[in-house]
Amino acid sequence: MVRESFEASLNLLKEDVVKMMEGVEELVIKSVDSLVNRDVELAREVIELDDNIDEMQNNIEEKTIELIALQQPMAKDLRIIFSISKIITDIERVGDFCVNISKETIKIGNEPLIKPLIDIPKMRDIILAMLRNSKTSFMNEDSKLAYRVGKEDELIDNLYKDIYTEILMMIHSDSKNINQGTKLLFVGRYLERMADHITNICERIIYIVDGENVEIN
Amino acid sequence: MSTKIKVRNLNFYYGEFKALMDINLDIKERQVTALIGPSGCGKSTFLRTLNRMNDLIEETKVKGEITLDGENIYSKKIEVEELRKRVGMVFQKPNPFPKSIYENIVYGPKRHGIKNKKKLDEIVEKSLRGAALWDEVYDRLHKSAWDLSGGQQQRLCIARAIAMEPEVILMDEPTSALDPIATSRIENLIDSLKKDYTIVIVTHSMQQAARISDNTAFFLMGELVEFDETSKIFTTPQDKRTEDYITGRFG
Repeated sequence: MVRESFEASLNLLKEDVVKMMEGVEELVIKSVDSLVNRDVELAREVIELDDNIDEMQNNIEEKTIELIALQQPMAKDLRIIFSISKIITDIERVGDFCVNISKETIKIGNEPLIKPLIDIPKMRDIILAMLRNSKTSFMNEDSKLAYRVGKEDELIDNLYKDIYTEILMMIHSDSKNINQGTKLLFVGRYLERMADHITNICERIIYIVDGENVEIN
Repeated sequence: MSTKIKVRNLNFYYGEFKALMDINLDIKERQVTALIGPSGCGKSTFLRTLNRMNDLIEETKVKGEITLDGENIYSKKIEVEELRKRVGMVFQKPNPFPKSIYENIVYGPKRHGIKNKKKLDEIVEKSLRGAALWDEVYDRLHKSAWDLSGGQQQRLCIARAIAMEPEVILMDEPTSALDPIATSRIENLIDSLKKDYTIVIVTHSMQQAARISDNTAFFLMGELVEFDETSKIFTTPQDKRTEDYITGRFG
């Protein structure tokens, strides 16, 4: 009986993590959209929505501590609960980067963009796919999928390098591009960091499933 | 760490019933080895094979080999009393003799021929200190051991075991009859004893095994399912049955 209630609590905890991941998915979409469409209102909304993510993190953290204290989980149960407390930190960081992107959007305001944004939305799409697949691998305890998702970080790194080189060239050729160029560089960097955090999440999922600590990239 | 006790292809029978099946296990010197598993899994039976306590039960049969420092303890050359001096035991319920604290400790040494009062006094103090009981009883050594609390009685039994200067101490659920504070004292004691003794402990408390042991053996229906470092057993067990048991999914 007791274990049944523990099992139920653990399932609820996992659902909370999934909800938190979905919340961050929304922030990734909205933050990049706000930049692409120079939608300052939407950017402000992202900043507000991020508070929910922080609250979810605190809430999940409390529940993990409570489960450890009251149920003394062992083996896989322990790995799940411990890993969740790490995973939510990474999810929360992804949310923070969405806020950072939104802040750049707000600074850029109505200013016309110095270049059409192509690679940034591409990075967003890959990150979204990574987030969704890591969520699936978490729900299904699929460590192979987690590994594949983590590997996609390389795509993001390459796109970031492209953006970096391109914008540096633009800044080099015309100093008027410095202001917005550096902001776009930051955005690229924020997206690149998001993928790193998702990779961490994938490594945690592999630890949950296989009990092994792996460094994917 | 060298191996103190080596168990090879051990099978044990109560009459027709096979209680242990092909057990192979190395018990490391000066470490704590915990034996866990559901009731009736064979862990206590196994513990008792290590100092031949099962000899006392009729119609039991042992096959296979157990060596202590390389010597087969079931060989005809072995004197059981001598073996039990080297491999002491502490039981689930504290079982002091209905004698004084002092007499409880010196009972074994006296039987083994030590008569010198000064020597016996020394043994009493050393054993009681070793069992972290001296400070509580030094001024009432000649009072009845039965007046001690449960936790003190259990430490007295540990002191009694230590008095024989054993190499190995077997403990069969030594804290199951004690409250958390007394339990914690015994656990601390076990931790400090392992610098001098090899300890094998049967426990029903997984948390206790996790807290105090270096290696853990999981038994199920007479079979040794998994044996590994405690930290591995409780974080990444390899066998599904171990996982299910320690996460409370059966048993």
